[in-house]
Parts: sequence; structure tokens; C-alpha cells
Amino acid sequence: MAETDIEALRIVQLYPRDMNIYGDWGNTLTLKRRAERYGLAVEVHDHNPGDPWPEHADLFVGGGGQDSGQFRVAEDLQAVAGHLHDAVAQGVPMLAICGLYQLFGKSFRTGTGETLTGIGIFDLETVAGPERLIGNIVTESPDLGTIVGYENHSGLTHLGAGQQPLATVVSGAGNDGEDGTEGARTANVLGSYLHGSMLPKNPAVADFLLSAALAVRGDSLPEKTFDDTLAERAREVASSRPR
Amino acid sequence: MSRPLVRALGQGVRWATSLRGGGSAFPGLVMEKLHPRFVQEELAKLPLGVVVISGTNGKTTTTKMTVQLLRSQGLRVFTNRTGSNFVRGVAASLLAEMDAFGRLAADVAVLELDEAHAVHFVKQVQPRIGLLLNIMRDQLDRFGEIDTTRRMLRQVARATTGTVVLNREDPRIASLAEDLSDGTAVSWFGLSDALRPMFPSDDDMRDGLRQVDPGEQDTQVPSSSRPDAEVLLEAVNARSVELDVRGRAHEATVDLYGVYNQYNAAAALAVALQVLGDSADVASLVAELGKVTPAFGRGETITVQDKPLQLLLVKNPAGFRLSLASASADAYATMIAINDQYADGRDVSWLWDVDFDSLREGGVDVVSGVRAWDMALRLDYDLVPVAAVEPDLETALRRFIAGSGDRPMRIFCTYTAMLSLRKILGGMTHVAAI
Ligand SMILES: [Zn+2]
Repeated sequence: MAETDIEALRIVQLYPRDMNIYGDWGNTLTLKRRAERYGLAVEVHDHNPGDPWPEHADLFVGGGGQDSGQFRVAEDLQAVAGHLHDAVAQGVPMLAICGLYQLFGKSFRTGTGETLTGIGIFDLETVAGPERLIGNIVTESPDLGTIVGYENHSGLTHLGAGQQPLATVVSGAGNDGEDGTEGARTANVLGSYLHGSMLPKNPAVADFLLSAALAVRGDSLPEKTFDDTLAERAREVASSRPR
Repeated sequence: MSRPLVRALGQGVRWATSLRGGGSAFPGLVMEKLHPRFVQEELAKLPLGVVVISGTNGKTTTTKMTVQLLRSQGLRVFTNRTGSNFVRGVAASLLAEMDAFGRLAADVAVLELDEAHAVHFVKQVQPRIGLLLNIMRDQLDRFGEIDTTRRMLRQVARATTGTVVLNREDPRIASLAEDLSDGTAVSWFGLSDALRPMFPSDDDMRDGLRQVDPGEQDTQVPSSSRPDAEVLLEAVNARSVELDVRGRAHEATVDLYGVYNQYNAAAALAVALQVLGDSADVASLVAELGKVTPAFGRGETITVQDKPLQLLLVKNPAGFRLSLASASADAYATMIAINDQYADGRDVSWLWDVDFDSLREGGVDVVSGVRAWDMALRLDYDLVPVAAVEPDLETALRRFIAGSGDRPMRIFCTYTAMLSLRKILGGMTHVAAI
């Protein structure tokens, strides 16, 4: 297929109004810029609570929020859960950070004792912990290599027996601060507590998401003609910093 | 132990620690142990009571301006000028200000308090007036969630007995007016509709891909349905501001860099009016604003090799964004220095919430600091050209100055980067001691 025939790669940003703290915007921006640098046409579409579901989406990305934002989002997620599960089954890639990661699980019990029902893309449950797990973190993923970032969450996430984690913790706390896992992966859906933002300093993860999105359309990622020196140096520094 | 003796002991400890170069809060710690109600009792004696200034951004500048405004009207003002934010620090400052007979020569106290410390402070001392500036996402790695910050400031508002002065344009601050203690009044400071888009709240900051587009971006309620502001910042000109004070138009010279400082000036004026009451001389207060000089790091200008160099402290997305919006980028040589020491905040995620588009045209000369590569990467994804990345601050600074040519220089820097840069600059030129 000639490149001009490809309609733009459509990144749907989930709940930017309520779930977009600690620099989560950097994930969307990284996907957009890298897609452009690979010569792909790309567009970013926002989905906020109450919005009609987008007719077409190649990639979903969403971030963390305050507890207050999570309530608004949880309700909308229930309404669109069917669409998201269909997309997961088709292999559509998604990146869910922090608050959205929790809601992609089965349930989240907040610090005030209320329970939010998640949409169960991941088999995991989260409960608010006594203190926030905060700091630089380095993890190792079998598929995606070393992932570096900054975690900041009070939720403690426990993976179900069959749930694959995204990575194991090299330094930092991770899902619950104890079991040595970080994040979750189901099909091409990645969940993680890493802000930082995650994708700018982890180009391999960004490119995995872009490749998976193109694969659903029967395409593959064009050859890379730009370099990632800045990201590599930033990764080195981030991995060496105190927690 | 008798009170005068305890106090004299405290003052003695203060003197002894100052000889040793000890921490400023230590004598306060001694006082706290010997006489736990010391601060409370001393401040209760002040005829015009206690003014507490809190919020996430601009406390230092606003406190400094408020003190200056009140002193210009002849009041004797006690303030915690060392930046000690604990009750203990206030105790230490009190000891320093007292004469040998334990008299505090002051009419009113104006205290800058961190939101977390303010909560402890107001349990012991009820302020007569509270000024609550804003709640911006900042240093969340220390305080947790923004909702937590709001809860802290809510306690300050509820402890205030006379008037709380609130920022009408910050939704998290404005809504505090709904649950004050009985009998506590509200006074508002605010922005004209024309200026509001320049101050996006955290909620407006990154609503999808939408850029801050003046006029279009403002999704909040129109001014007609907001409460009347006693002090309204109407317009911002090159070196002056237009204010509406108690319904009358005034123009003030303000020699402060950045619209956010000019808004802080409006806040300081609003709180000064509350302290002074109806007898306030508005015209002379407005004139006094022109004499305010920037506090440390809030836009001070240093002369290096006969050229002006501005040091601009950046610590959160809103502040960085406003700093960038305050001057046209092309006119300046620009350096950015980002550290991630504890005092800066270990988390540099917030850089992704700043829009650097305004630097695209002129580019950035040098990026430096511990997190120079993170900053360079951030700029790269905003398509801003960066001429050099040099993590070492001294090498970066020398290269920056040498390459600046005829352009005035400005350096956006985090707290510890600023401290280091000042020190290095001190070796090149005279930099006032902090
Ligand atoms: Zn988080």
C-alpha cells in the first residue's frame, strides 16, 4: 500500500481532562512525534467522560489522576468497556498509566474505603496503601528490555494468579512494593505505575506500541532514520539517580 | 522556670548558635521545649493580629510585598524573613526581634507558611487574616495529591477568625469560601477576563492537545457570575499594571518580572487593605508597589560582563509556563538548568506539562544541570533546537555567557541549580548575599 493511501494513525488519549498528571502528556507527545519521524501521518483524538466513542482508533493511551477524577472516569469506562474489550481482542495496543492502569484491573478500593469497579482487562486488584510509593524506578521487561521512570502511587496492586506482569523491579517499589513485579501486560495492553513520562525515556516501549498499532492494519513500522541519543543519555542519568 | 528567664535563655541560645553558625530553628526548638506556648502568647499580644500567607506558589514574593506595603503605612511588622516555616522557626525569629526585656516592637505579624506547616501553625495560633494564593501541582512527591494540599489550606481558612483573602481565579481556592467558620468574611482578588487565559489553572493546563490560546482557552465561568474582587488586575503593560481597587482604577509601576509576580502584587495589596481597614491610603499603597524589588530567584537581574543576566526560578509547570510567556523569546539568549536534588523535587515529570513552543523560533543556547538530558529530550519532542547540552553548571554557564553576543541573557533554573549558579556568578561578579 502506498504511504499516501494510509489514513492517519489515530491515537486516542483517554480522559486527558481528569487523568493527566505527573507529565502523562509526554506519552502521547512521544507517540505522535515518533510516528511523524517514521513518516507516518498521525492524529490525536481526546476521549473525555460522556464523549461519543471514537469510530476508529489505532492506539489508546491514558494516565493518572486524583481520586476525584477517577470516580468520573470509572463511570464512563463502564459504559465503553465493551468497545475496549473488543479492541484488546483485535490486538489494538494500549498504554494505561497509574490511575487508568488501576481501573483497567478489576477493582480499586480508595483511601476513603469506597470501591471502584474496573473493567477487568487485567486480572488485578488495587487497594489504597498507608503511604505513597514514590521515587525513581528501574524495571526489566522480558519483551521490552529495561524500563526506567518515576513511580508515584498510593495504590497497592496485587496481580491475579495468571496475570503476566509488565516487568520485574530492579530498583524501586513496583505494584505492591513486595512481590517484585511492576505493571501488567495482556495481549498488547500495557499497564504501569511509571510516570516520568514513561515513553520519552523508553523509546522501545513507544515503538512497540506503534508497531502493534500498524500490525492490526496489516502494516509494519518503517525503518528508523533518526537517533535516540537524547533518550539514551536521559535513561542513563535517570537510572543512576537516588530514589 | 520563669518566663523572662526562659526567653533570655532562648535568646542566649540564639546568640550562641549564631556564633557557631548553627541552624536558625535551633533556638526555637529550645523555646518549644521550655515554653511550648511561647509563640502563641507572644503573637496574641499584637494589636493587629497575625496574617498568614500560604499557597503553593509565590508566597515569598507576596509576603515580602505585603510587609513592605504595611511598613510604608507606618505599621511595625514582624515577619519570618529567614524563610523558617515551622512554629519553631517563628519562635526563633521572635526571639531575634525582641529586646532584652522581651518586648516585641510590632503591630502585626505577617507570616509565610508552607501549606503542610501552616496546618500545624494554625492549631496553635489563629490568624486574624489569611491570604491563600493558589494550589498548583508542585512538589507532589512530598505532599502527595493536590486534593491533600487543598485540605491543608482549608484548615487554614477555617482557623482564620477575621477575613480570608482568596484568589477568585483558582477553583480550588475559590471554593474554600463555601466552608469558612461562622463570622469569617471573604475578600477576593482576581483577574480581568482579558488576563485570565494567561493564568491557566492546573485543570486547564493540558486538556488534550489544546494549546493555551488566549480568549479561547478559558472554560471557566464569566466574570459577571463571579464574586466582586476588591483588587482586580485589569491589564499588564511593559513596566506597569492597571488595577481596579475597591472599584477605582489605578496604575502602578511594578518592577517585577512576569505576570505571576504582578498578580502576587494584587494579592499583597488585597491583604494589606484588610489589615489596614477602611483607613487605608490606596493611592500611596499602589505607589509603594513600584518600589518592590524581586525576592531571591524571582526574576533578579545580575550584571555579568556589562550584560544583564536574569535568573528565573522554575519549579512547576504553571510557573515555568508563565515565565516563558512573560517576555518574547527571540530577544534573549536562553539557558535552562534542571536539577533533581531533594530541594528541587526528585521527580522531573512536570517538565512534560510545560509547553516550550514559544522557544522553537529562537532555540535554546545551553541546557544544563543533573537532568540536562531529560530537558534536552523534552525540548526535542517540542521541536525546539538546542545548541548545547552540558550537565556541568559551571562549564555550561561560561559557554552560555561567551556565546550570548549582544542578547540579554536569561536562565530558567530549579532551586539548587540557582544556588550553584549564583555561587559561580559570585566569582565572576558581585552577587548580593542571600
Ligand atoms: Zn501515579
